[in-house]
Amino acid sequence: MKHLITANEAIARGAYEAGVKFAAAYPGTPSTEILENIGSLYREEIFSEWAPNEKVALEAAIGASIAGVRAISAMKHVGVNVAADPLFTVAYTGVTGGLVLVSADDPGMHSSQNEQDNRNYAVAARLLMLEPSDSQEALDFTKKAFELSERFDTPVLLRVTTRVCHSKGLVTFGERKEVPYIPYEKNIPKYVTTPANARALRGKLEERIARLRAYSEETELNYEEINGGEIGVVSAGVAYQYAREVFGPGASYFKVGLSWPMPIEKIRAFAAKVKKLYVVEEMDPYMENALRQAGIECVGKELVPVYDELNTDKLRKAIFGTESAGAATERKAVGRPPAMCAGCPHRGFFYVLSKKKNVMVTGDIGCYTLGAAPPLNALGTVICMGASISAGHGAARAFERAGADTRVVSVIGDSTFFHSGITSLMDVAYNGGKSVTVILDNRITGMTGHQDNPGTGYTLMGAPAPVVNIPALCMALGFKEENICTVDPRDLKATEAALDAALEKEEPSVIICKWPCALKRFSEADKRDFDLTPKKCRIDAAKCRNCRMCSKTGCPAIRVKEKPEIDRASCTGCSVCRQVCPFGAIEME
Amino acid sequence: MKENKNILLVGVGGQGTILASKILSEGLVEAGYDVKMSEIHGMSQRGGSVSTQIRFGEKVYSPIIGLGEADIIVAFETMEALRWFPYLKQGGKLVVNEHEIPSLPILLGAAEYPQGILEELSAKADVSVFKAGKIAAELGNEKAMNIVLLGALVEAMGLSGIDWEALIRRMVKPAFVELNLAAFEAGRRQVA
Repeated sequence: MKHLITANEAIARGAYEAGVKFAAAYPGTPSTEILENIGSLYREEIFSEWAPNEKVALEAAIGASIAGVRAISAMKHVGVNVAADPLFTVAYTGVTGGLVLVSADDPGMHSSQNEQDNRNYAVAARLLMLEPSDSQEALDFTKKAFELSERFDTPVLLRVTTRVCHSKGLVTFGERKEVPYIPYEKNIPKYVTTPANARALRGKLEERIARLRAYSEETELNYEEINGGEIGVVSAGVAYQYAREVFGPGASYFKVGLSWPMPIEKIRAFAAKVKKLYVVEEMDPYMENALRQAGIECVGKELVPVYDELNTDKLRKAIFGTESAGAATERKAVGRPPAMCAGCPHRGFFYVLSKKKNVMVTGDIGCYTLGAAPPLNALGTVICMGASISAGHGAARAFERAGADTRVVSVIGDSTFFHSGITSLMDVAYNGGKSVTVILDNRITGMTGHQDNPGTGYTLMGAPAPVVNIPALCMALGFKEENICTVDPRDLKATEAALDAALEKEEPSVIICKWPCALKRFSEADKRDFDLTPKKCRIDAAKCRNCRMCSKTGCPAIRVKEKPEIDRASCTGCSVCRQVCPFGAIEME
Repeated sequence: MKENKNILLVGVGGQGTILASKILSEGLVEAGYDVKMSEIHGMSQRGGSVSTQIRFGEKVYSPIIGLGEADIIVAFETMEALRWFPYLKQGGKLVVNEHEIPSLPILLGAAEYPQGILEELSAKADVSVFKAGKIAAELGNEKAMNIVLLGALVEAMGLSGIDWEALIRRMVKPAFVELNLAAFEAGRRQVA
C-alpha cells in the first residue's frame, strides 16, 4: 500500500525506519513538520525534542551520536547558520551512531528573511550531502544517509527545499530496523578537538573526502538516463522534476542524488554522450561551478534564473524562450498580504508603539514581524533571530555617541527570546545600555504553527515541563526589579504607561507583554492565568461618526464600507478597537 | 489517459480547502493514479491567499501547475478566482463559490474589492458559479461548503468511477457523514 505524504512526513518515517533514537530541532518553515511527525507518530521509538535554538538542537544530536545511537536534527536554512559552529567541527570528528542534519531551504522566501543556498555548507564544512527530489526519495535517502554516515564516519547533510518538503507524493513504507547501541568509550583523539587533535583530524578528513569522492562516482544515487544524443540535463532536487517536464522524454538526464562530493567523472562520461549539456538547479550555480571547474562545458545560469523559486514556466522560458500562455484578465485581484489575526495580542502593543515619536524600533522574527505592515508600520528593522535586542543596543550606543536623543525599543517574541534573545539582553545589561526591550510573550511559538517552547509548560512529546520565569531571568541577567514590568498588551492605557515610563528611564528596562495567542489551544495554565471567556465587540451605528479610528488598528475583523463594521464571526472581543474609538461607539457583549 | 490532469483549489486561509483536497487525493490514489499535491504553508495561516495543487496521471514529475495548465480551478472565494485565472487551461473549467472575503487593503479602505469579476470570467471561460456556503447552510451547516465544492469538482472532472461516498464515510467525522454526503450530491448537481 502506498501513502500520499509530504517529504517532511517521509523524512520522519525514514528516521523511524532507520532505527533513529533521538531527534531535536527548532521549528522553522519549511522544516517544522519533520519533528512534529516524529513526536506524534514515532514517540515510542524516538526521543524527540524542541530545542531552544538550532545550535542546541544539533549539539544534542551530536551528543547522542557520540554516545552511540542514531540521531537526527532538522532546521530551516537560516537555522543552519545558527548551528554552523558545531557543524563545522563535527565534520572533523565524525560520528559514532549515524548523524543526519536536515537543511530545509526556502527558495523564493515563502516564509523567510533570505533564500541562501545551503548546498554551500556541504562544500564549506565538507559534509556528505544527499538531495531528495520527492517524497519517496526523502524516505529512501534519509535511511541511506544514516547508513553512509556510519560507513564513512561523517555527518550527512540532507538538503531539501520548500517544494519538496510541502509536496505530497506516493511513498512505499518499510519496516523499522533496530540499530544496536554502540557502547560509549572515551576517544580523546577523535572527540576532543584541541588544536593538536584537530590538526590530525583535519588530515584524516582529506582521506575521508577521497573515499567519498570515489563513492559518489559509483553510487546509484547518481545515475544517468539516456534517451537521445542531442540534449543532456544534469539536475537535482525539485529542479529535476521541473526539468523532466520541460525537456521531455527525448532528452537524456543525469540525476544527482548525492551532490557533495559531486560525481564529476560520471558526469563527464554522460556529457560525452550528448551534444549539449544543461545544468538545471535552483538558486546558486552550485553544480555548474563544479562542472566548469572540472572543464566540463555546460549551459546553466546564463539562462536559468539565479534566484527565486524555479518552476516549469520559468524554466521553459529560460531554455526555449517560450512564454507559458495564461489568460489575462482586465480586473486585477487586490493583494492578500498576511495580517495579524483578529484578537492578536500584539495589536494593542503595536498600536501604542506606532504613536511614539523619535523612537527607533528594532524588530525580530515571528508573527509580530507583521507589526511592520500597514496601517501600523511600527518596525524599523528585522534582521535575524535575536537581533532586535543586540542591534537595538548598538543603535542606542550610536545615538548616544552622536548626541541624538532618539530612543530604541527592541521587540521580540517569547520563543525568539529563548532562541537568541537572552545573550543579547545580557549584552544590554552587562554593557550598561539603555534600550527598552519588549518581550511579546504570547505563550507559544506562533508563526510556525504553535509549537511548545521553554515558556509554555510542555515538551514536544507533550510532557509537562518547567516554565521559564522571564522576569526572574531578566533580574538574573542584571536588570533591576523596578525596571521590569508585565502588562496585558490589549490594555492600551496600561501598555502606554509602561512604555512611557520605560522611555523616561536612563537605565535599560524590560516590558513583558503577556497574553496568549488568539489561535492557540489554551493550556490549563492559560485558562487559570487569563480571562479567556469569549466576547464580542459591536459598533453602535447611532454613535459611530465614521472617523474610522478603529480601522487604524489593522484588525481584519473590521471592514470599512460606508462606515466601519465588525465581522462578528472573526471578532474575539479583544476590545482594542473599543479603546481607540473616541466616541464610545463600540460596545462589548 | 495520456496527459496528466491538473486541479487547483484556491481560497483564503481557514476556508477548509485541506479536507476537500485530502478526500480528492485519496480517491485518486485508490483509483491507481500517480498523484502529487503541493501546498504552501507558513504565512497563509495569517489570512493570506492559499492554493492546493493536485496533479494526477500515469507519471507525474513536477508537483506544481504552470500558467494555462489547470484543467479545473475551484475557487473557494471570488477574488481568488480572478487571481488564479491565468492558470486555467484554454477550455478548462472554473468553479466559483460566490463568496467575498475582503483582504486587508480592502478592509482598510485603501483598495476596492473588484466589481464584475464573475461577469468577466464567465465571458472568458466555462464557469459555474454558486453559493456553496448557502447550499451547505440549507443542508444544516455552512461549514460543509468545502464538500459542496468537492462534489462540483468531481462532477466537472468526470471522476465518477471512484467510490466517493465510501471515502467521505471514512474520512469525515461520523456525526457529519450524512450532512457531507448530501453536500457532495448538491455540489454535483450544480455543474451536472
